[in-house]
Amino acid sequence: MKFSDFIAPQALLPILGSTTKESVIGELVDALVSSGNVVASDRDDIIRAIMKREELGSTGIGRGVAVPHTKHVGVSRLVGTVGVSQEGIDFDSLDGHKAELFFLLVSPPDRPGDHLRALENISRQLRNDTFCRFLKQSKTGDDITQLLKEADDNHFGS
Amino acid sequence: MSQFLSTATVVVSNAQGLHMRPANLLVTTAGKFTSNVTIVREGQSVDCKSILGILTLGAVQGSQLDVHAEGPDADTAIATIVDLFQRGFDEPAE
Repeated sequence: MKFSDFIAPQALLPILGSTTKESVIGELVDALVSSGNVVASDRDDIIRAIMKREELGSTGIGRGVAVPHTKHVGVSRLVGTVGVSQEGIDFDSLDGHKAELFFLLVSPPDRPGDHLRALENISRQLRNDTFCRFLKQSKTGDDITQLLKEADDNHFGS
Repeated sequence: MSQFLSTATVVVSNAQGLHMRPANLLVTTAGKFTSNVTIVREGQSVDCKSILGILTLGAVQGSQLDVHAEGPDADTAIATIVDLFQRGFDEPAE
């Protein structure tokens, strides 16, 4: 699965304004709402579900990366967005470091395979230091779109 | 220091596959042992102590994986990890 299969290009947030875990999740979900990938009436429920999932164990998986996610009946296919925080946000990450790169995913309840393939793609790219560095340096949504496209085209190997 | 090698074949039994929570459980469990632990799926080998590594396997339900441990506590490491897989990571059946 490629980024272009699930990342909504109109929902990218290269300059996150949030400073807390809950607010950054809200900011990312709002971007999916305003880009038309999630309906506004599901917003609060999705945020609640993502926070509940975080209580089971942080999705801050280290290397400054967090992948907050949930299943929700409000989406008919896997949708996601990417956000970048220059200052970093305390996300209770497994390695204790702040998270700077966020991949938020909402998937239909009956498609565990798609969720796994998205995680597979994200984690494969994130193992590449160059990809992480370029993503942190992104200034615009177009920068991120271009970077994700290059990753989809295997420019970062691995 | 004496070195031991232990291996086992496991199958992902839980419906959701090796998503983030079981991957994290594997990392935490493998991290308790001094042995090096690797997981292999269809020729792709990853460090069982790296969550990014495990997630790159994209192991859905039914995937067959080989687990290798090398080190002084290799046998116990493998037995503990095999048990995790057999319990389906204690996830509810769906």
